[in-house]
Amino acid sequence: MMGYSLAHSAMTAGYHTTYLPSYGAEMRGGTANCTIAVADEEIASPISSEPDYLVVMNMPSLYTFQNKLTPGGALFINSSIVDARPSRQDIEVFAVPCGKIAESLGDIRASNIVMMGAFIRKTSLVTLDTYLRSLETIMGSKKKKAMEINTKALAAGYELLKIS
Amino acid sequence: MNDKQLMAGNHVIGEAAIRAGCRFYAGYPITPQNELCEYMSEHIREVKGGVFIQSESEIAAVNMVAGAAASGARAMTSSSSPGISLKQEGISSMAASEIPALVVNIMRGGPGLGNIRPTQGDYFQATRGGGHGDYRTIVLAPTTCQEMADLTMDAFDLADRYRNPVVLLADGMMGQMMEPVVFKEPKPRNYSEAYMMRGAGSGKSQIIRGLILDQLELEEHNWKLARKYNIIRQNETRCELFQIDDAQVGIVAYGTAARVAKGAIKRMKGAGMNVGLFRPITLWPFPERELRKLSEKIKYFLVFEMNLGQMIDDVRLALQGFAEIGFFGRPGGVVPTPVELANIIDQRYFKKNGPISRG
Repeated sequence: MMGYSLAHSAMTAGYHTTYLPSYGAEMRGGTANCTIAVADEEIASPISSEPDYLVVMNMPSLYTFQNKLTPGGALFINSSIVDARPSRQDIEVFAVPCGKIAESLGDIRASNIVMMGAFIRKTSLVTLDTYLRSLETIMGSKKKKAMEINTKALAAGYELLKIS
Repeated sequence: MNDKQLMAGNHVIGEAAIRAGCRFYAGYPITPQNELCEYMSEHIREVKGGVFIQSESEIAAVNMVAGAAASGARAMTSSSSPGISLKQEGISSMAASEIPALVVNIMRGGPGLGNIRPTQGDYFQATRGGGHGDYRTIVLAPTTCQEMADLTMDAFDLADRYRNPVVLLADGMMGQMMEPVVFKEPKPRNYSEAYMMRGAGSGKSQIIRGLILDQLELEEHNWKLARKYNIIRQNETRCELFQIDDAQVGIVAYGTAARVAKGAIKRMKGAGMNVGLFRPITLWPFPERELRKLSEKIKYFLVFEMNLGQMIDDVRLALQGFAEIGFFGRPGGVVPTPVELANIIDQRYFKKNGPISRG
């Protein structure tokens, strides 16, 4: 959902984009990851050798992917459930307590959107407005209540991250 | 509605097929092409005359498609590697009976049941016929979601033009990957009523058959098919050349591997290493003439596949010894990264020969 919505908003903003999801063979409860490429020109490879940004929402993802991040890249961690921190010193790390913030807003399922707020603040890949419009398109007009919480969650994540 | 849409490859094929006038789909679920079945089950029924059947098996599906196509419908079936193996009897039969249909293979790891990760292990099966007997299928290999849309439409036109099954060969990664797509306007169908079985009418009985017991009659039928395949070889090869003009090394890759190769090429360019890509879009007929022409300038080609080396045979046949050929591949559902491929090319070629500037 995070990846799909980001790719959708990048497309809306006029970029070339690819979204490559990867799920385990489990029916439920497996880990999932996805790769999004965003570029001004046609995207050569949707498979990333060294991503510029890495977002991890759980522990297994941190262990699996931390070393793929390019030197000088930014790592976003859902600090509500990920206690560990990477040993690498050559990257920027942003700990976002997504779960806690989402819970305080009334729905823990908005954790991912809190993270998207922080991610957009740091990367400026798309504007909050463009992202919200994409989210609305994806979720459909029926889920008004969910959109209300999502809007708040996005703003909370965005405000949380102080960028100097 | 012709806006840009962000769609997954499996859905793109389904939508393009329906827009191209596909009105019969039969299939049996298998990962990683399930979303295509799912899309067809929901959307083909929304168009007039559209029929979706989840068959009892892959073999049933391909035979239902043969029947529907023989009666004049634009028909399609899809599966992933193990399921495509089951369909081979039907594909051979359609080739023998000259029935046009589209067979989509979203490849997964093999042999046997293998796994559900993307590979290119079915190249031989797709390009050598796959089933028994002297026959060929046209094989199209897209690399992007946009190309999946375009080639799906083209596949139906080619099937009609040559009255032959066409295989669309993609892999699990392309099936799941989402990219923006704009659907082109399909061409109007050009297929003679005379070939369609329309049920008991007043005219003479019409028979479509693959069983020809007289050996001379069957020989003549085989020669007739051979003449058709030769015309296809002459007219239907397609390929893409990417940054090949000043290249010292030519990568030969298709499908997902070609995307990885483009990534590697861009990286290497930054480091002063000129590498280009020759990408066959039709795997059969293989664009031999186009590749051989490149060997006038390029003396080292690296074949890059997500298998143990299958297309390399066609590259050898095409180059006929005019250039050196190397191979890099990873089987089993591993998708190499652009950096990995770039390192291989650097080690195998540039560390030995160094970059040459073509001033």
